[in-house]
Amino acid sequence: MKRPHDASRRRFLKVFGTATGALVVGLPALARTPDELLGQNLFRLNLYVRIEPDGTTAIGARDPEVGQGIRTAEARILAEELDADWPRVIVEPLDLGVTNAGGEPHWTYGHQMASGSTSVPAAWNDLRNVGAAARELLLRAAAARWKTGIANLRTSHGVVIAADGRKLGYGELAEAASKLKPANVPLQPKTPAQYVLIGQDAGDVDARDIVTGHQHYAVDDWFGDALAAVVAHCPWPGGRLAHLDDTAALKVKGVEKVMTIPVPDPERALGTQQLTASVAVLASDTWTALQALARLDVRWQPGAQTAQGDEALVDAAATAFASDPTKAVRTDGDFTEAAKRAPHKFAADYRFATAGHADLEPPNALVRVDNQQALIIAPVQNPRATFDTVRGLTGLAPDKITIQLPRAGGGFGRFLETDYVTEAVMLAKAAGKPIKLMWTRTEAFAHDTYRPFSVHKLEACADRKRTLTGWTHRIASTSRLAGREPRARWWLSEMHPDDLPAGLVGNLQYAWFALDSALPRGSYRASSHAVNAFATECFLDEVAHQLKLDALKFRLALLGEPRKLPYRGHGGPVLDTGRLSWVLQLAADAIGWSKSHPQGHGFGLACHFTFGGYVAHAVEVSMEKTRLVIHNVVCAADLGRVVNPLGARAALVGATLDGFSTALRERITLKDGQVVQQGFKDYPLATMAQMPHDVQVILVPSQEHPAGAFDMGFPSAAPALANAIFAGTTVRVRQLPMWSELMRLL
Amino acid sequence: MPQVPQTPPAEIVPQPVRAGIDVTINGKHFRHTGDPGLPLLWYLRDVLRLTGCKYGCDDASCGACSVLVDGKLKRACTLSMQDLAGNDIITIEGLAGSDGSLHPVQQAWIDEDAILCGYCQSGQIMAAVALLARKPKPSDADIDTIGNLCRCGSYPRIRRAIHRAADTLKGKAK
Repeated sequence: MKRPHDASRRRFLKVFGTATGALVVGLPALARTPDELLGQNLFRLNLYVRIEPDGTTAIGARDPEVGQGIRTAEARILAEELDADWPRVIVEPLDLGVTNAGGEPHWTYGHQMASGSTSVPAAWNDLRNVGAAARELLLRAAAARWKTGIANLRTSHGVVIAADGRKLGYGELAEAASKLKPANVPLQPKTPAQYVLIGQDAGDVDARDIVTGHQHYAVDDWFGDALAAVVAHCPWPGGRLAHLDDTAALKVKGVEKVMTIPVPDPERALGTQQLTASVAVLASDTWTALQALARLDVRWQPGAQTAQGDEALVDAAATAFASDPTKAVRTDGDFTEAAKRAPHKFAADYRFATAGHADLEPPNALVRVDNQQALIIAPVQNPRATFDTVRGLTGLAPDKITIQLPRAGGGFGRFLETDYVTEAVMLAKAAGKPIKLMWTRTEAFAHDTYRPFSVHKLEACADRKRTLTGWTHRIASTSRLAGREPRARWWLSEMHPDDLPAGLVGNLQYAWFALDSALPRGSYRASSHAVNAFATECFLDEVAHQLKLDALKFRLALLGEPRKLPYRGHGGPVLDTGRLSWVLQLAADAIGWSKSHPQGHGFGLACHFTFGGYVAHAVEVSMEKTRLVIHNVVCAADLGRVVNPLGARAALVGATLDGFSTALRERITLKDGQVVQQGFKDYPLATMAQMPHDVQVILVPSQEHPAGAFDMGFPSAAPALANAIFAGTTVRVRQLPMWSELMRLL
Repeated sequence: MPQVPQTPPAEIVPQPVRAGIDVTINGKHFRHTGDPGLPLLWYLRDVLRLTGCKYGCDDASCGACSVLVDGKLKRACTLSMQDLAGNDIITIEGLAGSDGSLHPVQQAWIDEDAILCGYCQSGQIMAAVALLARKPKPSDADIDTIGNLCRCGSYPRIRRAIHRAADTLKGKAK
């Protein structure tokens, strides 16, 4: 059985050493330390809760923290039902919970993944029960001590209180409680009226460590006997090594080895995606390894399939659209017939460039692997995929593989992949030593799992009353599922059959067309919602403008009376049009939509349903010559019940700015089948000066099941900005990123 | 007892001073005797294990490795140890008092919850400390001169935290 508190013990005993070998204090094998060594009495009430005699309550956070605030949110959910005293709560990241069930992994902690804003909804289901169960044990321990019934007791802020006013702290009861069997029936959770933590602001539990520089990300960890490894990958995806002379590299003092990682057999899965061929330098420290890497004489040759740049894919999309779709995603009524009869017809094409993740923390992994066990410390969003990868590479029994989940410096989908972990494990096995692998910024840009390129063709028609009667949305894209799923399923990551305006327009077609490229693709914040919402919300704006209708009234009329539409994708089973109308109205009111607008200022709106969350953006901009000034931004969100409003606001503001930054200037281009971008200088993330000073967030009070928060603020941000730019300049930019096109059209 | 040879040496040669680059980091003296071309970033991270100074890039474009060198804001990835002899360097780990009391800028970051993933924040905090030393009451335009990148979009809270820290520091100065 794994112990949640291992994580904190290891924090003290983690191995430190210097690159010059001056000081190495460490443990010889896996850093597993019995609690007895620390001379403390700690009482574990269940997998997630440990209470120390002084009342300190350690809560284990199971999902990877990537900046979405999950450690704080999960601890608040559990602490609420436990009635813990929040100032005495400490939060400890859990490892991947896995035991050996007859040679197969058995997952002990339930949901452990940072993807699709799913952590909070899952925690809401599970962790309230965990907290309530721990509280019930403490109540029973107190009842036994006082020889009374638990009905006569209550709890508050880490204390059990008897009817006569006597009190016992949780710390005093922990030992006795830890010896009781937990209740085998689900306990009644609190009613919302009893909440003291849920719905109240809580700062990030790691804040102090972060502002003092003591927070350890994976890239900050080290084993004393580990070798630093850096890699150069083949610039052509699917290509291979043509020539390698490592003579000069091996002469650099401190270099241990130069190793090649060949292209794996395509038939043999190694992790979530195909590796790119690479050469690795192993050395005493990072700088030595980097210097040797620069001295490698290495040449590469391209593979059979070419990574297609966006220009080539535009041509391929035109060809694809001329044929039948790869997948008819949804067909309602008869669009062609409706369009024939309609007095108003509209059409526009939108285009979305390939984009990269640009996480500040580069892919990296610290691994210790031998024939007994494996320890992996890496930024990971999908610990089970990492586990599967390591198990496939090592053949170790499930309980011999430890996946630690340090806080990650971003994620946005990049750390759902396991390629960098695969490389580190392969190097560690081959070198017979622990490996500290870090990709340079250049490698991180050139070998990302990119947001797919896509071209969108939209058409619409309206009747004499200027009501929409027909809508088609056809997408040609390089599906991120290509190569991972059977071709028949590739469309699933690219288009959602129940996304609006499906269900609102009688004659509607959604269709998807496959494009091919060797460039690796992967999950990207909010997945295809981001680009699809841009196309939909901008085209709706175009239609409203051409029909000479107010964009807000047009959208509200389209959404119609509040009702629940079936929604089969993630975030379903229903989409409530009333909740979307409401956030749209709130955002419009807050920005002053119906009031007079300052001269030269453009106002824009957009809304979208993402993963169960309803979000609308309203944006006010002006152009001062070639400078875009974003004056005001409102983000109104209905995310169901919000566990930590301070954290949800941070997520929504962050997503809004990320949405703007991605939409304005972020673009990956290819030349001769190779990625051009080498760093932030040619992949310009927005700076403080380019971004709005603030984003006004409106959270709709709700009793609905929590939906999470991280991705929801992303999809509607960019189209609201584009619609505002159009309103202010009459320039309609139908592509992302917008900036160079906007400058061309102005 | 073994006898020590009594023959005096022909001449007394003083031990040469060990060659190295002397720097002060967070108030402590260090002598770097390795590669003089070692970037400060890797000296801090790999030698001293002061990992609050983050790797984000190699060309000073992101600011995650921001430190103070003789009070001036610098990016440690493009500074070589050979250019730092005699310099006084402050990293994020050196901002708080030895008693654990936080620098007003650090406290402001906590109070405004300017965190998100947190990876860039040590660099952002160093940039803010340098700005406030030059401009005790910075305008929004002054704050806009901070070019440290944040992928998560924490800029509005960083802005508020800087204004808050300026107010705190102003109160202390009175």
